Amino acid sequence: MLTLVLFNLTNGLILGLFYVLMALGVSLILNLSNVINFAHGNFLALGGYVAYALSPYMGYWLALLVAPLVVGLVGLIVERTMIRRVYARPHVYSLLLTFGLSFILQDFCRMVWGVNGLPLSIPNVLNQPVSNTLFFLTGYRFFLVGVVVVAVAALFAFLGFTRVGTRIRAGTLDLDTVSALGINIGLLRSFNFALGIFLAALAGVLAGGQIGLNPNMGDDLVLPSFIAIIIGGAGSLVGTLVGGIVIGIASAVTAIWWSAGSEVVIYILMVVVLVLRPRGLMGEEGMMT
Amino acid sequence: MSATTISAAPSRTAKPKLHLLIIWAALLTAPAWMGYIGGYDALASRILVFGLAAMGLNLLLGFTGVMSFGHAAYFGLGAYGAGFVLRYWVHSTPLAILCGILLGTVAGVVFGALMMRRTGMYFAMLTIAFGQICYYVAYSWNSVTGGYDGLRGFQRAPLDLGFTVLNIRDNGVLFYYFVLAIFAVCTALMGLLLRSPLGRTMIAIRENPRRARFLGINVERHILISFAISTFFTSVAGALYALLNNFADPTSLYYVISGNIVIMAVMGGMLNFWGPLLGAAIFVTLQDYISSMTVNWMSWIGIIFVAIVLFFPSGVLGFLRRRSASK
Repeated sequence: MLTLVLFNLTNGLILGLFYVLMALGVSLILNLSNVINFAHGNFLALGGYVAYALSPYMGYWLALLVAPLVVGLVGLIVERTMIRRVYARPHVYSLLLTFGLSFILQDFCRMVWGVNGLPLSIPNVLNQPVSNTLFFLTGYRFFLVGVVVVAVAALFAFLGFTRVGTRIRAGTLDLDTVSALGINIGLLRSFNFALGIFLAALAGVLAGGQIGLNPNMGDDLVLPSFIAIIIGGAGSLVGTLVGGIVIGIASAVTAIWWSAGSEVVIYILMVVVLVLRPRGLMGEEGMMT
Repeated sequence: MSATTISAAPSRTAKPKLHLLIIWAALLTAPAWMGYIGGYDALASRILVFGLAAMGLNLLLGFTGVMSFGHAAYFGLGAYGAGFVLRYWVHSTPLAILCGILLGTVAGVVFGALMMRRTGMYFAMLTIAFGQICYYVAYSWNSVTGGYDGLRGFQRAPLDLGFTVLNIRDNGVLFYYFVLAIFAVCTALMGLLLRSPLGRTMIAIRENPRRARFLGINVERHILISFAISTFFTSVAGALYALLNNFADPTSLYYVISGNIVIMAVMGGMLNFWGPLLGAAIFVTLQDYISSMTVNWMSWIGIIFVAIVLFFPSGVLGFLRRRSASK
């Protein structure tokens, strides 16, 4: 029983980390550009596939870094050519736009790499079980946790201590003032969008090594990442971080007793938070627009 | 939305209503000419059903200016409600429709009340999330909803009017006219609503929520009312959808359907009362055509979404109006 609980807790933590990477990207884009990126899960899948395509040439380790950069660039192009044109329009347009993009990206992956799942091979070093009794503690899982921790720490350090990061945080609070201070917010938003896509693609490479690649691998992560943001609270990246881990663990722990409930439980959590604390766990009062 | 586009609601002082004549003539004669342009009865019924859903959504989206990306939930609940009655309770079409409406609208009121705690993009996000709750419940509650396969094993019942029995079960054309009758009643109600003080208040909120608040209007409450009314009409459409297909499946609750309903409203022109119907006609026909022509239908649907947003944001009717205005 203890093994089972530990097994599910580990799964939950891993799942939560994927939610976190996804949700942080969605949250960055939402906070600064006020756009909900439906296509985020498809950028995740694209990240995995690009790593699959690149790793025969440059090896896994380099592909782990280069694939997210390539997909981030794709994100940048998408933002410059399409997304930025709907910033000034009512919400419905950006939703429809990213919704359409998600269809196109998913079909693109399907056309290029096929409907059937593909394995993303990982170096043997990472595949060894670390413990004999707890079979599920593979080296890859420790590696995965490590990469996510480093990535999240780097993101927070970047936002906290660099000039561009400070501008992004300031823009989240009051974009008009940031613009009035002479900062090119168009460029800032483009960079921020690419940064969010980078995180999604990184999650895609990591997920590919864990569960393999398929064209709609990111779909199941998009909605939970929205929930993570709602639970965490508007405008708070720390909240998003907490929200992601909480729903990941909650859904895995629920799966011990009630396997069909693993998805339902995160929605129940959302409703509870909405009723008891409408602004979310760490949301700022008045930051709900 | 600018103040120059005020009130596209039908008003009493409007010019001769030629467009109304054309719309109703086309709808009434549809079964006669659908076949010639490659359509069929069920396609005509489907256009009406989605047209009704999109017009219902548009009360919220186009006339109150509030975004919902989760109307598939109320559409699907309408479908399941109707299905439950026919499958588990009585063989009665009117009762099925009533229960479908009840299920969808009650969910709309409850969810709406919970969602009103957030605004803007977070509200849109919540509408999606609440929609997915319904999807997952329908998907996992196998014993009642039939799970992934959907609720099957029921058929719409012939309509007993007392003096005669309309066999809408076996006669597709007759069923089309049955759907059209309900559609007519619903559009009449929507038209009346938009002329009423409540409808005017909704439009005032769309044009300028802050000014509406200064005028003493309780904006949140009116948005909730508008939300509830729009879920009502969408669930009517959902109930009809279950009757049309003789099954209800989880896909009808999925957020992709929400997206489709929204694009129909936008595609036709969401500032126009009849825009969503036109959008539904175009989208449903295109979808039917594309999915039979190519395996890459997803790309095509995606391209339609992107093209509408980037090039025709005010929809077909908005585009035509602007062209005629610039001449």
